This record gives sequence, structure tokens and C-alpha cells, in this order.
Amino acid sequence: MKQENQKKKNKYLSWLDERYNLSGLLEFAKKKSVPKFRETIWYYFGGVALLLFVVQVISGILLLMYYKGTEDLAYESVKFISTKVSFGWLIRSVHSWSANLMVLSVFIHMFSVYFLKGFRKPRELTWYTGFGLLAMSMAFGFSGYLLPWNELAFFATKVGTDIVGQVPLIGEPILKLLRGGDDVTGATLSRFFGFHVAIFPGIFVILLTLHLLMIQRQGIAEPEEYQKLPDNEKKTIPFFPNFAMRELLIWLIVINVLAILAVFFPWELGTKANPFSSAPVGIRPEWYFLFMFQVFKFLPGEILFLPGEMVGVLLFGIGIALWAIVPVWDKKTAKGNKNTLLTYVGIFVIIFIIVFTILGYILD
Amino acid sequence: MTNNHSDVPNQPKKSKRRDFLNILLGTGFIAWLGALFFPVFKYLEPPEVEEVKVSNVKIGGIDDMEKDSGKIIKFGNKPVIVIRKTNGDYIAFSAVCTHLDCIVQYRKDYGQIYCACHNGRYDLNGRVASGPPPAPLQKYAVTIKDKEVIVYQEAT
Repeated sequence: MKQENQKKKNKYLSWLDERYNLSGLLEFAKKKSVPKFRETIWYYFGGVALLLFVVQVISGILLLMYYKGTEDLAYESVKFISTKVSFGWLIRSVHSWSANLMVLSVFIHMFSVYFLKGFRKPRELTWYTGFGLLAMSMAFGFSGYLLPWNELAFFATKVGTDIVGQVPLIGEPILKLLRGGDDVTGATLSRFFGFHVAIFPGIFVILLTLHLLMIQRQGIAEPEEYQKLPDNEKKTIPFFPNFAMRELLIWLIVINVLAILAVFFPWELGTKANPFSSAPVGIRPEWYFLFMFQVFKFLPGEILFLPGEMVGVLLFGIGIALWAIVPVWDKKTAKGNKNTLLTYVGIFVIIFIIVFTILGYILD
Repeated sequence: MTNNHSDVPNQPKKSKRRDFLNILLGTGFIAWLGALFFPVFKYLEPPEVEEVKVSNVKIGGIDDMEKDSGKIIKFGNKPVIVIRKTNGDYIAFSAVCTHLDCIVQYRKDYGQIYCACHNGRYDLNGRVASGPPPAPLQKYAVTIKDKEVIVYQEAT
């Protein structure tokens, strides 16, 4: 009986193989390997981000069944999901927590690629698409934050879009495009809803596909210290099944952590946004924007005849752009030399982000 | 003779003709793209919605507001903050913080107008007292007529 089943399976497999050359694919999968050394742990975070993206898509589609994206109904519909719909609170909580964990793992993934110099030739385009994915993750977070139409989100969106409006020349038209008018209104909500569920997922999937294809084509990056090892000391882990199994184990852990967070710390809804009420004390955006938000509190009204916030926007813009094009200005690593400046810059950026994020939480 | 390749004198003329065609097709393509995207960009630009002109707003009786307190009122579609000072006088300003567009509030404990977003403070003349705001709050006029408080925009 067992043998018969096996035979049957082989029949189907050979049917597929004949048409789609599966054995070539299997051969490729068998050859895939991951370098094994003390930093191998960082190789799992891209996969974690991928898992959480899938969770986002599924939970997001479920939320769409009840959510209504208009000024009058958005808050009420989210309240309905959280209080009336069976397990609605859980789905919403999973979506919010998973979004935060996803941004966190994307950040960890980016910094690990940065410090292990995974962006250098020939993987520049993988870095750029990855940077695009990070930007899209934050855009997802920013647009999704507004959708429940609560007070915190309303003011965070006002500030966030106003910051975009500070950019010289192109700021004002982009501001109008984002807000759907001069102010944050129901028109903004409609647009953000559209961005969040249609435009961003489309762009994200294209970038993600490119990102993954490039990784498959080029194999996984080897850090410089590992490359210098003599060939007989280079240890690798086969991707299938060893690395995949470990990644699966980490996914299991992440899903458990997500479940614990979502169940024991359900996401709050807050009070409904009112365009004619004062910004509440203690207002702050999502944690991954907090360090920028906090910097804007410290900037004076005027710096060298320019509005302080415009200077802030320009400085952040330049900093982020430089970070994004690190494969261009990092000439040393490209030549195989150690670039310690790069490491110091990375450490500085991490400390900067952590310090201002903490300040954002402890100062009012 | 059918072999064009050996026809050397003909070459430049031919490539000129090809260049001409390329330019024609290229500009045609760009114009086509323009015709394609122009309506899309125009569509995304929100139309001007006609605003209801509001010249003044009655906010209630003279004793409706406590002394040393403030509230946000709707002035057309703009938020305006009305403050009753400790001496009983009324003042009003645009409630939109000049820094990054948040809505300000009156803080009794400071005796100042305060923006919770980035800790901006204004004094009771609307001038920046501390924090990041780059400009003073726009002033609105207040008058009292038949014991009713009326906020209005002064002609500029």
C-alpha cells in the first residue's frame, strides 16, 4: 500500500517534472547554503520580516471585511471590530502588533546588513530595494496609524504631513496630494485608506519580488572576515533543510511572541478625532517616528534665517539619503579594506535613534 | 543594385532619415505619456471647495466662560481659540500652531497658550514665548454686544 502511494506520488512528480523541470529547481535548492559563523543569527531577520508581512496581509484582509474608511464611520467601525465582532479585537491587535514587530525586524535586518557590509558590490541593488522596502514599511505604518481616526493619529498625521510640506518647492504640492486638501480631513482618511490597502501593497510586492529574486540569483552575502578565511575553514549550513528549519523555528517563536503581545496587550483605540479640539498633552507618533518627532521639539524657531523645522527636514533628508546610497560612498569596503568609519557612523546612528526615542518617552 | 551597404554616399542621408523618425517617434511618445499622465495628476489635485465665508461667530453670553480658561470654537472651517483672561477680558487667536499645524490649548498653570505636539508656548498676545514655533498666532478680534461675545476677523 505504502509503496503504491509512493509510486503514485512519483507519477505526479514526474508529470510536473516533465513539464516544469522541477529537478533543476531542486538541484538549485540543494546547492544553496548560508555561511556559518558567530554572526549567523542576523541572517534570520529578513525572513522574520517576510513572515510578519504575510501576517499583515492576512490580518489586513480580515480587517477589510468590517472597516469603513470615512470620517464619520472609521472610528465606529474599528470600535465595532474590537467590541462586537467575534475575535475582532484579536485580529486588530495582531495587525497592530505585527506591524510594529515587522518594522522592528526590518530595522534589525537593515542594520545587520549595514554592519556586515552586505550591501557592497555586487549587491547594491538588493540594498536599494531593501531600503525601498523599509521606506514602504514606514509608509504603511504612517498611513495605517490614521485609519482608526483617533485623536493621537489625527495629530500625528497633521504633524507628519506638515513636515513633508516643509520641503522647499515640492513640499506644498505633495502635502496637498497626501491630505487631499489643505487640512487633514475625511479626504485625507480616504486617501490614506487607498494608499494603505491598494497602492502600497502593490509597490511593496514588486520591490519584495525583486529583492528576493536578487538574493536567489546571487546567493547570500559573505562578510569580509569570513571571506578571508581559508577555504577549509569556511563552514556553511545547507539552506535546505538546515537553515530553513531553523528559520521555521524562529518563525514559530515570533508567532508565539506576537500571540502573547496581541492577547495580553490588546491595542488601544483611544478617543475619536475631533478637528476642533486641542492636541492632547503627551501626544506622540508611533515609536519608529518618535526620534524624529523629538528632534523637532528641540529645534529653535529659526536657524540661520530659515525656519527651524525646514532645517530639520533638510538635515534628516540629507542623512537618510546618505544612508540609502551607502554603496556609492563606501569606497574602502568595495576595495576589500576595512572601513571603520562606516561602523562608527552606524553606531552613532543607532545611539542617536535610541537616545532620542527614550527622550521622546520620558519628556512630556 | 540592391545592396544598400555598399552604397556609401547614401549612408548619412539614411541615418538622417532614421534620426528624424526617431525624434518624431520619441517626442510623439513623450507627448503621448504627457496626455496619459496629465489627467491623472490633475485628478489627484483636490478641487477647490467653496468655503462658506464666515465673518463673525457668536460664542455665547459674556459670563458663559469661566475666567482664566480657554476653548476652541469653529470659525467657518478653522479652529479658533478663545481665552477669557483672569481680569475677565476676552481674546482670540487662530488655534493652529505656526510650527507644524497642531491645535493649541490654553494652559492655566502656565498662563500661556501651549501646543502639546512640540512644547511650543505663546503669550496672551499670541507672540512666541518659547519652543519651536517660528511665528506668532494670527489674532482674531472679540467684541461684546448685548452681553454676547462675538469673535470676528478684522479687515486686513
